[in-house]
Amino acid sequence: MSDYSLEGQSPGGRRQDLKLIGKAYRRVDGPAKVTGQTVFADDYTAPRMVFMKLKRSHLPHARIVGIDVEKALAMSGVVGVLTGRDMPDTFGILPVSQDEHALCPDVVRFVGDPVVAVAALTEDEAEEAMRAIVVDYEPLPTIGSVQEALNTPEPRLHEYGDEGNVHKRITMEFGDVEAALKDADLILEDDFFYEGNTHLPMEQHATVAVPEPDGKVTLYSSTQTPHYLHKALTKVLGLKASHIRVIAAPNGGGFGGKSDPFNHEICAAKMALKLGRPVKITLTREEVFYCHRGRHPVQMHMKTGFTKDGRLVAQHLQTALDGGAYGSYGVASTYYTGALQTVTYKLPKYRFDSIRCFTNKPPCGPKRGHGTPQPRFGWEVQLDKAAHALGLDPAQLRLKNLVEPGEVTANWLKVGSIGLRKCIEAVVEGSGWNERYGKLPFGRGLGLACSSYLTGAGLPIYWNHMPHSGAQLKLDRSGGVALFCGETEIGQGSDTVIAACVAEVLGIGLDDIRLCVADTDLTPVDLGSYSSRVTIMAGNASIQAAERAKELIAEAVAQRLDVPKGRLVFADHRVFDAGDPETGMSWQEAVQCAESLHGTLGTTGSYTPPRSPGRYRGAGVGPSPAYSYSACVVEVEVDPDTGLMRVEHVWMAHDVGQCINAASVMGQIEGSIYMGLAEAVMEESAFKRLPKNRSAALVHKIPSMLDYKSPTFLDMPKMSSYVIEDPDPNGPFGAKEVGQGPLLPMPPAVANAVFDAVGVRVDQVPIHPHMILDALAAKAKGRPPRFGPGAFPAFDFGTPLKVPTPDEGGDGKATNPEEAGIRKDQGTMPETSNTGGPRR
Amino acid sequence: MMRLPSFRLLSPRSMDDVTVALADDPASTRLVAGGTDLLPNMKRRHQSAKTLVSLRRVEALRGIQGDGSSEVRIGAGTTLAEICRSDVVKSAYPGLHEAVSSIASPLLRNMGTLGGNLCLDTRCSYYNQTEEWREAIGYCMKECGDVCWVAPGSSRCWATSSTDAAPLLVALGARVKLDSVRGSRVIPLEDLYADDGIAYLTKERDEILTEVLLPSSDKTKTTYLKLRRRGSIDFPVLGVGVALVQDDAGGVEDVSILLGAVRSQPTRAKAAEDRLRGGALDDDAIAEAAQLARKPAAPLENTDFLARWRGAMVEKFVARALTSLRGR
Repeated sequence: MSDYSLEGQSPGGRRQDLKLIGKAYRRVDGPAKVTGQTVFADDYTAPRMVFMKLKRSHLPHARIVGIDVEKALAMSGVVGVLTGRDMPDTFGILPVSQDEHALCPDVVRFVGDPVVAVAALTEDEAEEAMRAIVVDYEPLPTIGSVQEALNTPEPRLHEYGDEGNVHKRITMEFGDVEAALKDADLILEDDFFYEGNTHLPMEQHATVAVPEPDGKVTLYSSTQTPHYLHKALTKVLGLKASHIRVIAAPNGGGFGGKSDPFNHEICAAKMALKLGRPVKITLTREEVFYCHRGRHPVQMHMKTGFTKDGRLVAQHLQTALDGGAYGSYGVASTYYTGALQTVTYKLPKYRFDSIRCFTNKPPCGPKRGHGTPQPRFGWEVQLDKAAHALGLDPAQLRLKNLVEPGEVTANWLKVGSIGLRKCIEAVVEGSGWNERYGKLPFGRGLGLACSSYLTGAGLPIYWNHMPHSGAQLKLDRSGGVALFCGETEIGQGSDTVIAACVAEVLGIGLDDIRLCVADTDLTPVDLGSYSSRVTIMAGNASIQAAERAKELIAEAVAQRLDVPKGRLVFADHRVFDAGDPETGMSWQEAVQCAESLHGTLGTTGSYTPPRSPGRYRGAGVGPSPAYSYSACVVEVEVDPDTGLMRVEHVWMAHDVGQCINAASVMGQIEGSIYMGLAEAVMEESAFKRLPKNRSAALVHKIPSMLDYKSPTFLDMPKMSSYVIEDPDPNGPFGAKEVGQGPLLPMPPAVANAVFDAVGVRVDQVPIHPHMILDALAAKAKGRPPRFGPGAFPAFDFGTPLKVPTPDEGGDGKATNPEEAGIRKDQGTMPETSNTGGPRR
Repeated sequence: MMRLPSFRLLSPRSMDDVTVALADDPASTRLVAGGTDLLPNMKRRHQSAKTLVSLRRVEALRGIQGDGSSEVRIGAGTTLAEICRSDVVKSAYPGLHEAVSSIASPLLRNMGTLGGNLCLDTRCSYYNQTEEWREAIGYCMKECGDVCWVAPGSSRCWATSSTDAAPLLVALGARVKLDSVRGSRVIPLEDLYADDGIAYLTKERDEILTEVLLPSSDKTKTTYLKLRRRGSIDFPVLGVGVALVQDDAGGVEDVSILLGAVRSQPTRAKAAEDRLRGGALDDDAIAEAAQLARKPAAPLENTDFLARWRGAMVEKFVARALTSLRGR
């Protein structure tokens, strides 16, 4: 079903000096996973452990009038309950959105919002007790969409936020967009819609909390962010941080859905402390849909100017996000729907307006691609429309506008290496684009799209000057190396990445390394598995720790062998003289030399991203040490009689900088194709209301794996993947991300392919068959051959924050923060307070 | 995880024990064969039972007898996977093979049985949800409530018949045997169903469907087309089962066209059949018949896909089914 090729950037082909890095090899966690021996959070058990369930709201918005737990407490096996009163402090992933309670104390904001926690000796008893709990509510008006949120400023879902039920409002302008558009030969204005969807990891969230005799508590949890969970627990439990230990179990998939601290995690810890016995909770699939934090539904208005030869002039992008009931990562998501528009194609002037609204639905947050697939969809479809309007080939139009390596974009993002040209060339050649595009029979079509993504966010979620990732090595006379790192394996292969980085530097095997990861007591802090940051940050930290260990060993071996330190080579489990390979010793002997010379051996490494040049409010979202690039061609078969579509073949090229493990890179590319395809053609977090005269219900339409449609094996196309390696100076061995980027071009490439196949535009995803039929019917009647959303919601964004571009001689600062209404002491993300800069 | 409520499980070996157990307390006793329909429904608490009678050990319910030249008998406890593997079914009733192969997924077909698929509970996106979800909408008339949310003005339940086997088997003219302590009876499969999402089966609560009897396949050509989102797993949002007998000149001697998943029972496209019967099976006839087939279909917004699109697909799929049979 799939094939792939690796293409090196250097003239001599792929890097020859690397022994392990770049090759395809088995993951360190592979054997345990394929033989069922991996211990996931739900597999943990402990003596005297009890089971917990959460009583969740069945109303979308209501005031809690009364809670009756008497009947539940009297039931067989029930050992305790918690309500909102037990945990009055709020938490939330972002410092500016501390709007969640472990249990709702007074108001519930969506169907699924938890109100009571109950623990019992068995899971069955806990479930029966949960059903016996009675909560009385006074219903409140509900909001189901961005438009309803704008129409309903009162009552507010939260007492904070920019206005009414608008959680966040952003408007900023880099250069004078309207003036620039006057010189454009072609201006396209389009409205797009990207429906929300969810992560659908195979593993449901689970947590086991274990109290300790000295008043401490340990949490085993399926979390992508043990460090942030640790912070939230510290805040809500009121314990010293050093008395709480969080261990992230290997995640059975995350995709961003386990990046927030969750109600059930905090309740489990509190319940364990209250009862003095271990507490387990494993969510049902429906509860996972309620935890959500998935892709925001986003409506977009995109106005872009082009010259007649296809160069970009300026863009004005407006986005409106349906945020759901809580903040989550939403402020960051909002910025991300605009931040990365500039890093693929050179956009000289750019304006971005956005709002995120609160609605009575499960909170949206970060899903693979975090906030960027939505505008990427609009952008790549609009480029396709521009190519047609200008009579240019869509691939050539893109090649004409590529950002240059090392460039600083209009919104002050510094790009490093960029292998996008090679990506486009690879998929154009592989798909036979030049011979086949526009020439296939009616019903068959090709579509092309590109994208870019972060390799780690440039700033942490809470402002600080400490490293984003740390690693620690312990070596001793056994020759074994213990690697301690806070990074979290969520299936993406990060355990293997850090082990491989250390093995490469020290010239040893993966099996010589004992990993201890994601344990807030034992491992140095790593911020978590999000924003494609682990390879670059934990990888660089691990390399630094390994280089320091290598230095200690080299010093000792040089002394013993009487060889200059600089001539020593670490490879094949040996340390030897490059000039005379026979002169040397085994790795174990070398470590023993070093332990004899230095005493007990240990080193550390850490990583902090470079400072970004942007100095305006909002500049904190978008910067990254390196950007990955992807290009893709999709071939579809569309049945014009039914509107049914099948994606037949996907050619995906991804610039990963440098593979750490080529097998994992391929896995990530194919997994991204899968998830991107799913969002393009079927997955959607749909909600429904009932007739308003009969019911105020507002429910998730399909909170189950049967009815929330995600593709099966049979729905997958043939995949041809091309790994492009354009090493980035900031990456470990030059590596950039691959976990998220290749998802991004899929939805627009599918939409563009539909146009090539049957000549109609569907300006929204997922693309359902009726949309294609409706567009074909419109075309037949002489109306615009399009299916898509109507006008962008009317909203006054006010005066934009004006930031001159680098080309205009700007310094990265805004010229009018006061006029744009920005107050110095009230940032939503850390930006202008970026003084002093992080230590490297 | 979702937990099953507690119940008593009986696991008899003989049919007599099954019917006696059923007769003991028909209202709160349910039969379970593969469990692929009932057990998820019980976890979600929209079906319940004090007693489950497992049919897994009742050998008399399993097996396929006959070769298609005369009547073929399929035990109701025969698994869907066994039917998929049957050479008799493949050669004599290819439409049945198509229909059964399209049910759920390979793993579910290993457990699910033909009887289970024929008695499959009707489905609806307001009903096949957890207890908590249904509480959030105030329940519906199929379980605990008094409104049919997909048709709030209606006095009946519009849950959708979602069996893939039934449309084809009804088209074939299959009969089914129902057993109880009161005796046995054989009825046309078509008569097993009623157009009501709640009372969708006409069998009595103490009766068990034990056998499916297929008429000789002589001269009858069959096919089944299924519309669903994905290549596997999904229930139908439209099924078209056709049985066709042509005369020597290729004219239509007899034809049955049954639609699945567009009402609460497998639905006969009678006007379409009448248009075709006795005439030529040419393009015009197929087009007109397909158009007539649209009328009895009443797809509603209680499955995957838009109802109006599903309705439009009836015509397309009936035309395709007829055209493909013409060529065989």
